Amino acid sequence: MIPAPFDYISAQSAEHAIELLTARGDDAKLLAGGHSLLPMMKLRLAQPELLIDIGPLTELAGVSVDGADLVIGATTRHADLAASALARAEAPLLAYAASQVGDPQIRHRGTIGGSLSHADPAADLPMALVALGGTMVVQGPSGTREVAADDFFESYFETALRPDELLTAVRVPRQPGVPWGYQKFVRRANDWAIVGVAAIGGRIALANMGPKPLRATVAEQALTAGASPAEAAERAADGTSPGEDMHADREYRRHLARVLTRRALEHERG
Amino acid sequence: MTNIELTVNGEKRSDEVEPRLLLVHYLREVLGLRAANVGCDTTSCGACTVLLDGKSVKSCTVLAVQASGHEVTTAEGLSEDGELHPVQDAFRQNHGLQCGFCTPGMVMATVGLLAENPHPTEAEVREGLEGNLCRCTGYHNIVRAVLAAADAQAELAANSGVSA
Repeated sequence: MIPAPFDYISAQSAEHAIELLTARGDDAKLLAGGHSLLPMMKLRLAQPELLIDIGPLTELAGVSVDGADLVIGATTRHADLAASALARAEAPLLAYAASQVGDPQIRHRGTIGGSLSHADPAADLPMALVALGGTMVVQGPSGTREVAADDFFESYFETALRPDELLTAVRVPRQPGVPWGYQKFVRRANDWAIVGVAAIGGRIALANMGPKPLRATVAEQALTAGASPAEAAERAADGTSPGEDMHADREYRRHLARVLTRRALEHERG
Repeated sequence: MTNIELTVNGEKRSDEVEPRLLLVHYLREVLGLRAANVGCDTTSCGACTVLLDGKSVKSCTVLAVQASGHEVTTAEGLSEDGELHPVQDAFRQNHGLQCGFCTPGMVMATVGLLAENPHPTEAEVREGLEGNLCRCTGYHNIVRAVLAAADAQAELAANSGVSA
């Protein structure tokens, strides 16, 4: 499969990319690792007339500390985030989530900004950002704004990003030593989660239990009220709206959410 | 058309390509390097795996323009002076292939894996190759070949240390 023809410009800076986005609007798409976009272009699910390549912009890559936050540049590749000593110390849940994306080849190319902007509700990093209470740093023609992860994801493959905006970085609170759990149920190697759960500090996020990564708010409230992990996990599927596909029907997904939440709250990994 | 300049198997290249040209098609059709196969064409099977700056990637999901300025290695670029690369030799010795379609991708994924983790456990080999599918299901001997290649590379490194 070969994508439909498009123009290609390698952006010289974030500002250059935003200028191009502003000029071309819906006709343009940002390219970084391309591991969500190129498969969609091959299938004609996306047919941009212009690709603006931000992959080579080193200013957008890297992991650093800024006060109480860990800051991850948007074009940081999954393999680099997973291997980052800083990320593993300050936000181990996030480093682990990056290590669970796809397979080694995919992690060598895919970027955190790309995965978050793509907003697949079954994906690892959107769920991790919601569990961590992260913040998206978004740059547009009129400046920079920050969007909480809870507000960033809107629906299937839809985010709060406007057509002329670029996700430049994400911020997550530094939580060294805070216990966390991560569960991902798959039937095949390198697949998306049939259901995923990430839990840390009383927050619980679910993957593939609705049109976007969801908080298990009823279970969180139960925890706050003093429920045990097992008791709280019984409420993990409350308020969710999972879809059905060849892997699982709704009731099975709700069952998985309860079981995986209990395991995640008991701080199990994997 | 866009100009790309890159190094493929140690040789500098400069070509005019359509932006939509995939790296695997550039390698196979423009350069005639046909080791990397197109299998699933959906970033799943790993038959098209090559090294980009030493890291394994699926060349069906990389544009040729994205490889500009970088170094690409294919299975054709592994052997030196007519000698098989230790990973290739280990696949041959351990019969790490049946039909052979997945083999160039398996070999390149292995070279990339051993560069990152020179002494993997069997579990780490299986996880490290999770992006490569063998539809003959010949995984058992492939894993053995990778473990043997790790040993052979360690021995080579030790010997070169002695001679140096």
